[in-house]
Amino acid sequence: MNFAKIMKTAAMGVTTSVLAASLMTVSAQAADIIKIGAIAPKSGPLGGGALVTQWPNVELWSKQINARGGIDVGGTKMMVEIVEYDDKTNPGEHIKAAQRLAEVDKVDFIVAPYGTGFNLAAAPIYAKYGYPQIAVSAISDKLPELTKRYPNLFFTLGNTSSFSGSVVDILKDMRAAGEIGSRVAMVNVADAFGIELAEAARPRLKEAGFEIVYDKSYPLGTPDLSPIIKGAKESKPDAFIAWSYPPDTFGLTEQAIIQDLNVKMYYTAVATCFPAFGGKFGSKIEGVFGAGGVNQDSPAIQEYFKQHKEITGKDADGWASANTYVSLQVLEQAISGAGTKDRAAVVDYIKNNSFDTIMGPINFENQISNKFWTVGQWQGGKFRGVKSSNMDGAAKIVSKDGWK
Amino acid sequence: MDIIITGLLLGSTYALIALGLNLQYGVARIMNLANGEMLVLGALAAFWIFVADAISPLLTMLIVAPLSFIGNWLIYRFLLRPLVRRAKNQGQLEVDSILATFGMSFAIVGIMVSIHGEYFTYSYLAEPFQILGDTYALNRIVAFCFAVLLGAILFAWLYFTRQGMAIRAVVVNTEASGLVGIDVPRLSALAFAIGGAVTTMGGTLISTFIVLDASVGVVFTMKALIIIIMGGVGDIRGALVAALLLGLVETTVARLIDPGLTLAAAYAMFVIALLVRPEGLFGRKPT
Repeated sequence: MNFAKIMKTAAMGVTTSVLAASLMTVSAQAADIIKIGAIAPKSGPLGGGALVTQWPNVELWSKQINARGGIDVGGTKMMVEIVEYDDKTNPGEHIKAAQRLAEVDKVDFIVAPYGTGFNLAAAPIYAKYGYPQIAVSAISDKLPELTKRYPNLFFTLGNTSSFSGSVVDILKDMRAAGEIGSRVAMVNVADAFGIELAEAARPRLKEAGFEIVYDKSYPLGTPDLSPIIKGAKESKPDAFIAWSYPPDTFGLTEQAIIQDLNVKMYYTAVATCFPAFGGKFGSKIEGVFGAGGVNQDSPAIQEYFKQHKEITGKDADGWASANTYVSLQVLEQAISGAGTKDRAAVVDYIKNNSFDTIMGPINFENQISNKFWTVGQWQGGKFRGVKSSNMDGAAKIVSKDGWK
Repeated sequence: MDIIITGLLLGSTYALIALGLNLQYGVARIMNLANGEMLVLGALAAFWIFVADAISPLLTMLIVAPLSFIGNWLIYRFLLRPLVRRAKNQGQLEVDSILATFGMSFAIVGIMVSIHGEYFTYSYLAEPFQILGDTYALNRIVAFCFAVLLGAILFAWLYFTRQGMAIRAVVVNTEASGLVGIDVPRLSALAFAIGGAVTTMGGTLISTFIVLDASVGVVFTMKALIIIIMGGVGDIRGALVAALLLGLVETTVARLIDPGLTLAAAYAMFVIALLVRPEGLFGRKPT
């Protein structure tokens, strides 16, 4: 045996034992750990929203589970391990990361993506690997077609028509109560979300006998929104509706305050429910309507808000934060209910069972949950749900009385 | 009148975005794609300090300006200077600096996300202010005043001091100014650092009325590029005029035609400028 051969044998021996050792640790770990992947933006245009609504819930949920010893899977307590990736608000990155989670990290489950476009773009890849995809931040009118195509895809936050429909319902209620007339100013951000909602709202408003006195769109990222508020103000509306995104929700409201846009009904869409919105405007936004809502009086929600703040150090928002947490509760209960990490069994369990969550019992009809809030309103420093689909505890609507 | 004032206010915002990059690109020849991130850093500082200690963003500006000056000087000295030395010609330097600063922009975004990934929201001077019977936002007026002040200081420095004259010489011809005894490396570093400081101050001011987040910088870089190319590379006057023009055109379109067409109008203006005066409003024709 020459020197080279000895070295080779020795090296092989070392390699084999290292391999064996690592295999042993892997199998020891795999027995009592559930690996959960999470992909959502931390940077890019949707990063600011995902860091409020999505990421803190993943952290909160996994820490809570591990604090109580893990998920009970067929009699074994399994700890949760989170593998997270930033998709940089780029669908291509998201799909790459999803592939990596499935092939390299070999995670057992994946938290559904953040944003409508991302849930739709990633649905085929989650379907391919059979991961249950309990989508939260995804609103569309095409839900039934999508769930038919992807048997592992679930929706929990509602559809476009119920969101625009609820806003029109509020206008009708307020007009019936004699608080507003029929003049409505409506603006929207010029991208898929804003255009779809404005198009859904237009015929409903006309049908209900409202006159749309100002109807304009603006590009995403418009640096000065004062021309829009000035234009809307000149049209002398009774109500102002904006199908807006986070930066413009803030920008429009700041200008509405400065220009003293005197309407009894003021609505901005996404991010109105963010704690930062209340933080920025304080008492001035009393009576402002926004997309979403939550039952602030529910003890389960109050406990959730408290834990959210304690564990993540951040405040939950007044809308999809709770829904996101609910989707994780559903996943957890489905895993322990099915008693296995087998994804097909878990998908099946979600379809056929009811879940006990912080938003009350949730079940899925054709993979769609019909319990969600559609409109909320800032009342006494809190964002309260006022219109919903099948939710209890709606607060009474108040009309806006100036910007003080 | 309302449209003119609103347009000027928006134009001054654009000027704050573009002035710094103009110095960096015009004098130091660095196409700084991390310009927007520098601006957002200024905004983040304002937000952070305001939320923690309720310190006015205007004071924050006085703190971040020297910090940004030093930071940018170091970036130029240690990151970009080797590229300048290595580059055989202007084209190669542009490619290298674009790549280097593009990478730098990702690094800065990453740092900012780890500090505060959510929106930078706070309210400062968001109060109505009357001019000739119309209402404007006070924070925009304040930003306008500072933009004018900064523009005036830069203008005075460039056109009425010996050092300014040297800087303008570098803009016209880097090699020739070296031959007549101008210390080009030192002036380039100075211009780059001042440019960075101006951009950061702009970010601090802008954060009082636009809600920013860590990733939004690239939007500002694009706007700055358009303004600089319209105004003429390396010319402060051109950048100021182009910025104000852009603000006026966008506001006029938004008020009189449709807010949905502001972007279209801005790019149409850019295309016309490129077709009619490719060297920019105040740029020199290549000889």
